[in-house]
Amino acid sequence: MATDTIAPGPEAPAPLSPARAKIEQKTLRTDRWWLSPLLTLLVLVAFIFYATFRAFEDAYYYADGLISPFYSPCLSTKCVPDSSLGGFTPFGDWAKVSPALLILIFPLGFRMTCYYYRKAYYRAFWQSPPACAVAEPHGKYTGETRFPLILNNAHRYFFYVGLIFNVILTWDGILAFRNAQGEWGHMSLGTLVLLANATLLWLYSLSCHSCRHAIGGRLKHFSKHPLRYKSWTLVSKLNHKHMLFAWISLFGVALADAYVALVSHGTFSNPTFF
Amino acid sequence: MGYKGKFKVWRGDASGGDLNDFEVEVNEGEVVLDVIHRLQATQAPDMACRWNCKAGKCGSCSAEINGKPRLMCMTRMSTFEEGETVTVTPLRTFPVIKDLVTDVGFNYTKAREVKSFTPPADLKPGEYRMQQIDVERSQEFRKCIECYLCQNTCHAVRDHEENKENFAGPRYLMRVAELDMHPLDTADRKKAAQEEHGLGYCNITKCCTEVCPEHIRITDNALIPLKERVVDKKYDPLVWLGSKIRRRSSTDA
Ligand code: SF4
Ligand code: SF4
Ligand code: FES
Ligand code: FES
Repeated sequence: MATDTIAPGPEAPAPLSPARAKIEQKTLRTDRWWLSPLLTLLVLVAFIFYATFRAFEDAYYYADGLISPFYSPCLSTKCVPDSSLGGFTPFGDWAKVSPALLILIFPLGFRMTCYYYRKAYYRAFWQSPPACAVAEPHGKYTGETRFPLILNNAHRYFFYVGLIFNVILTWDGILAFRNAQGEWGHMSLGTLVLLANATLLWLYSLSCHSCRHAIGGRLKHFSKHPLRYKSWTLVSKLNHKHMLFAWISLFGVALADAYVALVSHGTFSNPTFF
Repeated sequence: MGYKGKFKVWRGDASGGDLNDFEVEVNEGEVVLDVIHRLQATQAPDMACRWNCKAGKCGSCSAEINGKPRLMCMTRMSTFEEGETVTVTPLRTFPVIKDLVTDVGFNYTKAREVKSFTPPADLKPGEYRMQQIDVERSQEFRKCIECYLCQNTCHAVRDHEENKENFAGPRYLMRVAELDMHPLDTADRKKAAQEEHGLGYCNITKCCTEVCPEHIRITDNALIPLKERVVDKKYDPLVWLGSKIRRRSSTDA
């Protein structure tokens, strides 16, 4: 039943009629359609509260050579000793705010413009729609056709910056092969925590729809680009699980931060393996 | 093995209507369409419904069952409890003609608005050569049976009649994506997707994908890739610069 074979007919297109079946109920769904948006809402709100608190706290983000992902890279001179990347502090001492606030806009922007999180917040926060075949509460809808939501089209730039962050956070994981005295060749539970966090972030980024597009999706002729076709096939496989990676990498970041905070508070002493 | 099932079926036309209660026999292995047919045969001979294949392939029997847009012929009665009332209504987004039958003309209008396949001018039919991997992406989209469940469920038009004019709906944006990915198509689909077919109205909330009986991953494989292609063309200064320097559209590669 392919319609592409329908040539423009002689008759004018039918006018769009509002004569729909008059059904009062906003939805007739009988399943628990509200559960999933509710859970999404609760988890995201909890994360936002936690991240905001930690970003403003401006303390307990570095301990035993472990740096919290919320504060990495730490770019001002007020960063606690040794926490900056090789002493690189372009913000100097004029940035009075918490060093986390200088960088968090990038990971935040990356997730805010992510195709998966867009679905999640449009549904859970804006209820547009709350679930499929459940009427949305808004009188007007323009989607992503205009400002500000049209800015979501900038996702690929956040993706590229996100790659830089991934490299830095991976490096943080490698630096965690040092002990509290800065000597190499040691490993602790914290090393594993930071490396796991970096791995999850890589999986999240590599499964990104913009990544899938850039790596090969944009081509018309896969046959002319065998390598890119192979990469596209791989990324497509990861992309299938993008939602999963979006969630577990979010938990990963929060847990890695919480781990560093606990160690820094002295609540928990980072067990060393060797 | 049969039992008396409770049903509510919407009956009426454009001037009004309501849910009617029925009790009707349900037998093992039956689908909702069987029950509707039994209603026609035993209790409501003038009840209107559209169907053809009873095999999930013609796309005629689309309706909403317990509020979910589905094919009546592919919805097994065994998915409901015996005591559960099953509610069947017509598609909400299109004008109703009678009972479960709606006028899906909107979709034909939107289909006509998509410029047809445009091969290079110097290539005659019969001379088309392409490789399997170049067309395999679009083959997923060709599974479409035009049931219009996706068009019906998309909130951009379901909840906003006024957007029908500017929005082609997932089925036809998917058609645009298919043509844009076609190795031999030369038309500028990207600008058209955004400016004529209303791709911006889609907020990728995936309801089209959720209801598609052919399990086409409409959002992930057609709509999001199309959005990315539009960004290349309209919003990405780097790609724009690249195409100026290399004097060709880099997406045509
Ligand atoms: S993903 Fe887009 S096209 Fe599909 S139902 Fe949602 S808004 Fe409509
Ligand atoms: S894309 Fe799927 S839901 Fe939409 S008309 Fe085709 S088969 Fe039906
Ligand atoms: S689509 Fe989710 S990170 Fe790009
Ligand atoms: S009757 Fe053909 S799809 Fe249901």
